[in-house]
Amino acid sequence: MRFSALRILKEGLTGNKGWTPHWRDPAPKPAYDVIVIGGGGHGLATAFYLAAEHGLTNVAVLEKGYIGGGNVGRNTTIVRANYNMPGNSEFYSHSLKLWEGLEESLNYNVMHSQRGVINLFHSDGQRDYAARRANSMINQGDDAILLDREGVRRMVPYLDFENVRFPVYGGLYHPRGGTARHDAVAWGYARGADMRGVDIIQNCEVTGIDVENGRVTGVQTTRGAIKAKKVGIVVAGRSGQVAALAGMRLPIESHVLQAFVTEGLKPCIDQVITFGMGHFYISQSDKGGLVFGGDLDMYASYAARGNLPLVEHVMEAGMTLMPMIGKARVLRSWGGIMDMSPDGSPIIDKTHIDGLYLDCGWCYGGFKAVPGSGNCFAHLIAQDRPHPAATRFRLDRFRTGVGLMDEEGTGSQHNLH
Amino acid sequence: MRLPCPICGERDRREFYYRGAALALHRPDPDAGDEAWADYVHLRDNPAGVTRDLWYHEGGCSAWIVVTRNTVTHEVLGAELAEGAR
Amino acid sequence: MRLANRGMVDRNAPVTFTFDGVGHSGFEGDTLASALLANGVRLVGRSFKYHRPRGILTAGSEEPNALVTLGSGARQDPNVRATQQELYEGLAAQSQNRWPSLDWDLLALNDLAAPFFGAGFYYKTFMWPKAFWEKLYEPAIRRAAGLGALSGLNNADTYERAFAFCDLLVIGSGPAGLMAALGAARAGADVILAEEDFRMGGRLLAETHEVDGKPGHLWAAGLLDELASMDNVRLMTRTTVTGAYDQGTYGALERVSHHVPRSRAPLECFWRIVAKRAILAAGALERPVAFRNNDRPGIMTASAVRAYANRWGVSPGKAVSVFTNNDDGYRTARDLVAAGVHVAALIDSRHDGPDLPGVHVIKGAQVCDAAGRKGLESITIRTHRGEEKLLTDCLAMSGGWNPTLHLTCHMNGRPAWREDIQGFAPVPGMIPGLQAVGACNGSFSTAACLREGAEAAEDALEALGFKPAALELPQAEDDPFRIAPLWSVEGKGRAWLDFQNDVTVKDVKQAAVENFRSVEHMKRYTTQGMATDQGKNSNVAALAVLADVTGRAIPETGTTTFRPPFVPVSIAAMGAGAQGKGFAPQRFTTSHKASIERGAPMIEAGLWYRPSYFPAPGESNWRQACDREVKMVRETVGICDVSTLGKIDIQGPDAAAFLDFVYTNTFSTLKVGRTRYGLMLREDGFVMDDGTCARLGETHFLMTTTTAAAGEVMRHLEFVHQCLRPELDVVFTSVTEQWAQFAVAGPKSRDLLDALLDKPLNGPDWPFMACGPVTVMGVKARLFRISFSGEHAYELAVPARYGDALFRELLARAGALGGGPYGMEALNVLRIEKGFITHSEIHGRTTAYDVGLGKMVSEKKDCIGKTMSERDGLIDPMRERLVGLKPVGAVKQVIAGAHLFEVDDAPVRENDKGYVTSVCYSPTLGHMLALAFLKNGPERIGERVKMVDHVRKIEALCEVVHPIAFDPEGGRMRD
Repeated sequence: MRFSALRILKEGLTGNKGWTPHWRDPAPKPAYDVIVIGGGGHGLATAFYLAAEHGLTNVAVLEKGYIGGGNVGRNTTIVRANYNMPGNSEFYSHSLKLWEGLEESLNYNVMHSQRGVINLFHSDGQRDYAARRANSMINQGDDAILLDREGVRRMVPYLDFENVRFPVYGGLYHPRGGTARHDAVAWGYARGADMRGVDIIQNCEVTGIDVENGRVTGVQTTRGAIKAKKVGIVVAGRSGQVAALAGMRLPIESHVLQAFVTEGLKPCIDQVITFGMGHFYISQSDKGGLVFGGDLDMYASYAARGNLPLVEHVMEAGMTLMPMIGKARVLRSWGGIMDMSPDGSPIIDKTHIDGLYLDCGWCYGGFKAVPGSGNCFAHLIAQDRPHPAATRFRLDRFRTGVGLMDEEGTGSQHNLH
Repeated sequence: MRLPCPICGERDRREFYYRGAALALHRPDPDAGDEAWADYVHLRDNPAGVTRDLWYHEGGCSAWIVVTRNTVTHEVLGAELAEGAR
Repeated sequence: MRLANRGMVDRNAPVTFTFDGVGHSGFEGDTLASALLANGVRLVGRSFKYHRPRGILTAGSEEPNALVTLGSGARQDPNVRATQQELYEGLAAQSQNRWPSLDWDLLALNDLAAPFFGAGFYYKTFMWPKAFWEKLYEPAIRRAAGLGALSGLNNADTYERAFAFCDLLVIGSGPAGLMAALGAARAGADVILAEEDFRMGGRLLAETHEVDGKPGHLWAAGLLDELASMDNVRLMTRTTVTGAYDQGTYGALERVSHHVPRSRAPLECFWRIVAKRAILAAGALERPVAFRNNDRPGIMTASAVRAYANRWGVSPGKAVSVFTNNDDGYRTARDLVAAGVHVAALIDSRHDGPDLPGVHVIKGAQVCDAAGRKGLESITIRTHRGEEKLLTDCLAMSGGWNPTLHLTCHMNGRPAWREDIQGFAPVPGMIPGLQAVGACNGSFSTAACLREGAEAAEDALEALGFKPAALELPQAEDDPFRIAPLWSVEGKGRAWLDFQNDVTVKDVKQAAVENFRSVEHMKRYTTQGMATDQGKNSNVAALAVLADVTGRAIPETGTTTFRPPFVPVSIAAMGAGAQGKGFAPQRFTTSHKASIERGAPMIEAGLWYRPSYFPAPGESNWRQACDREVKMVRETVGICDVSTLGKIDIQGPDAAAFLDFVYTNTFSTLKVGRTRYGLMLREDGFVMDDGTCARLGETHFLMTTTTAAAGEVMRHLEFVHQCLRPELDVVFTSVTEQWAQFAVAGPKSRDLLDALLDKPLNGPDWPFMACGPVTVMGVKARLFRISFSGEHAYELAVPARYGDALFRELLARAGALGGGPYGMEALNVLRIEKGFITHSEIHGRTTAYDVGLGKMVSEKKDCIGKTMSERDGLIDPMRERLVGLKPVGAVKQVIAGAHLFEVDDAPVRENDKGYVTSVCYSPTLGHMLALAFLKNGPERIGERVKMVDHVRKIEALCEVVHPIAFDPEGGRMRD
């Protein structure tokens, strides 16, 4: 079924009786060409691009719960391509371009909203780094504008410019950055993959990865054994556990990241604003809730929930930056499990086992990467060589020290990125 | 979240700095080789369950402690001074 | 309609207020909702999507409809629950989400288009043309969405945060909570009793039950008197426990002064309560029944109708009808009749319900429609005989009760389904140390609540090591709870589940058809349960509908995830104290006051404030001051406060051996009375920090860190010692704030010091990098002959209490020699001229090799980071490595943040050769200078590169030069 305004009109006039499932619930087949472990945004996107761009349709996505139930369903919905380091720079640029055509590719409104992202800076040194990053973005072919204090004030006059601990010196403005409706991204990719023949199998947990003579042959699941020529692991948040099924130990530590949404309010914040001094970022959803978050809770966790010290720190940052949000009431908080890597950048690579591929380590930047990650991982799986936009996301870079992408400059302490 | 400092008693998480897995205690010899060093600096067991990790009582007695903790439930099972925990 | 002789409002204390500008009056003890109902106001809001007229549904914080905006200007407070807001004199409330008025709302047109606005319609349209999303569709959607509005002004109220500790936290002050608190308190435990309402007593305030032979609220009052008299009890009204966190920590919001106009008290206080044990006695919430047009103003929960009658003396209607599937609904009819209100009928969906004298009970019947757009006029009743209309202006509906178990699920626990109550109940142990009792545990009779409360107190006391005190269980009703499930009434039209978000039974069914069958998918697709009540009124019914349509049982369908906060909490409360400068500590040097007196602009340096420059008469911009200060240091003498650098006192027999391990270079060979520059790596081989380290004695060193890294280095030293080398006998103390330290730099620095110090310096004793004790006007001080300017220079340190006096003295003496103070701008120029690095260069991604200090990593010993610094990727000559740059083309400007390219290359990523980290205009050399990282840079000295800054549109041809642009041999600082 093709979605359109006309279809809504027709269904509305005929009692909305013609709607059909967005994706099927097939039983697993005995064997597939490719099994993608993980029905999150990245996994579903991988399956979509395997089918749409590489003609691989005998593909299954195995999801232990319901699709889109991990970080793609639990984030602050920000989409941007404003990285400084080579590797990240070309990858996120590629991903943003995919975002820009996503509604058309998927025939699904993921509400990608290019409302602009402003990264504030608060010292001369931070301005220098923002400029360096802005220049990197333009070198990459993306867009960046360096705003001075008055430029920021014109765009977001409600920040506290007068009596504030860290005065605003200016901002790095990325007009093509913005937000998207997170759940819809998972559903749109699921529907797109399903339409092309991919089997999306929910409530199917992988319990073993079968390897013979150094080559992957299939997986064991709670719904039985399934053969496969190739298997992709794309389960950020649980990467360590699934990789361990193949005897691998990863450079990943799992951390909890909390985020928050307020009650619905009339429009008041039009862009995405980030406040590095307070590890704070905020936007307003189309529904009216202020969606915001901060730093990690800073302890290894799989609980998908956090504690008050971080909650309060995030609120403090909001109050010093934009005291006009004080009376907004936090409606809900949530926590996601972050795959923290030693340099804060992801891994899309082959493993030491033939036919087994790994996509992980997205830290807390995985949402905006969904199209790019799916696209590049599909390319790697289908062609056995990295996509040109993801050549640097190698697993061995930590051992060799070649091509590290430590955007924060904090070194190999996983939680500090 | 509250942690039991072996010196100060139970204290709020706000007083502590978190570093990561307690395997940081087991620094390889300088000539242990690439693999051992890459493992030490980068690889993690990262268990979903009981783990031992390193915390620093920065807002208290300055002790580095090893906390035995469950990463799924956040239950704290115990803590000891790092200098005796190797 | 106010009822005579009923309720707990103070009839002698009338209060006037306005709603949408219309004046009304109520009494002290009213909520805004009870007062509006008393004044016959039924239409109070509009729904989110269809802008349907809405009235008050509940009598508590779970209210989804009656959300209003209070106040104006910077105090404007949106989305206030009228059902929770206490009435006060002059209260001015406005309705929300309507235009132009509540009565005539243009967007009510949406309701007519409802067939096209079904679940998830927006995922299927608004895709073409692409550019229209940001320009047209999204702005229109955003304007239509949202509830109340923020003022856009800086928050003008004050807020607090506080910690509290107790043996037992009791959450809720109904019969269960009161018994629990009393039992624990009498045994001597420290008890906090937290109650969301402004009056304690819970459901006893809203019922006519007797406890111990007295009206329930009087029994509660007596018990509260006893609790209030005990020192070990803290009674907290207006306090909602919002979240359960690890190790017995609970968040709680106290609404301190929302009920007091123009109070000087904080508006709210956010509490962090640490409790050894907790008892949840939060009661239960009644749920509506879904039927066609069940959202009409005047249709309320039966318990709310009863509460308004009993507690506030208000009848929400003149002819009230009741629709129930359980026995509890009968209580509403009974109490209304007792209050003299006409009960038009009681419709019981069961065939076997009881009879109620004086009330027309229709058994085996359902309400299948309601009429009256802006206020209920009639309902349609369906029986086996067919449908009939009943005139009624208020329908009290009861679909059963949901235990308020939310807190028990804040740690990922899932509740268990109980057939007998047709509801979810907590599973013990889901929050360590917390026990749920009474209605929130699924035990609905008053007697059961009292009993469970008392028992839980005993359990808690036992766990806490207290001996239980005597506690008699009072007599109370112990009626069984009888219910037959009824979630939605079959029929055409729309039957509401989530009132605020306009989610209907049809939407849930359509979601299931479209394969959003997981309860989480259904929620996210329909927005069911995502409104301000977070599904408190609707989730269970919605998942029951989903279970039905997907052919699953309710337990198998499961619930969505419960997450904090239990009720919405303002950002200002949880972030109290941070507004303005409270976000982070402010650290001031001892010279702060004197610097400000000199007119120096102070800038943030980490948490510190440091002077940017010291303006002199006749100067009109910072550059003039900076150039002058640089020249002054190079020619005479300058004074700069360098106290912000971290200072760590290191002592012990193994101090030298320890330093050998944390620094790349060797310190055990350093002589007493000498200072050495040291470089520190992280274990991954990148530079962590640098600074000087002075050997004050055989077993005594003083380490200096950069300002930014002081804390990190201290932590690192303790880590290395305690975790890696505990066998070394060494201790560390941060003394950053104990010493005020000033650079005295320039050719005349020696003259200045010789005159200032109690004894002039003996030249041979004070070569470059010497250090030692001196006295200044009798004060013991430390002197270091070190230089960050490249000049003959010293740093003089005195105990911090002498800092202000010494700084002023130094300035006076420097002034007499033609010198004076210099600020951060000049300090930066001086160091760039000399190629000295700061965190602009050692930014966490650079190695010792990159910054030209590779030789400082000693070959002879192990140190932190050494092994990993030898990785292939870290010693590749093609890494970006430190160089200097000098503009040599027509453009004479260089700028930090610019990137470097080969002269003829296009400035794109693939051609990127490096970047500029620090720049200055060098008054000494007469041109701009830069420090930069360039691929293979040190091998390219003398070559030309192109510097490109896209964002500031500067492109300059530069020559690659040695990073030390001035006095490369270092003669000036050594002489």
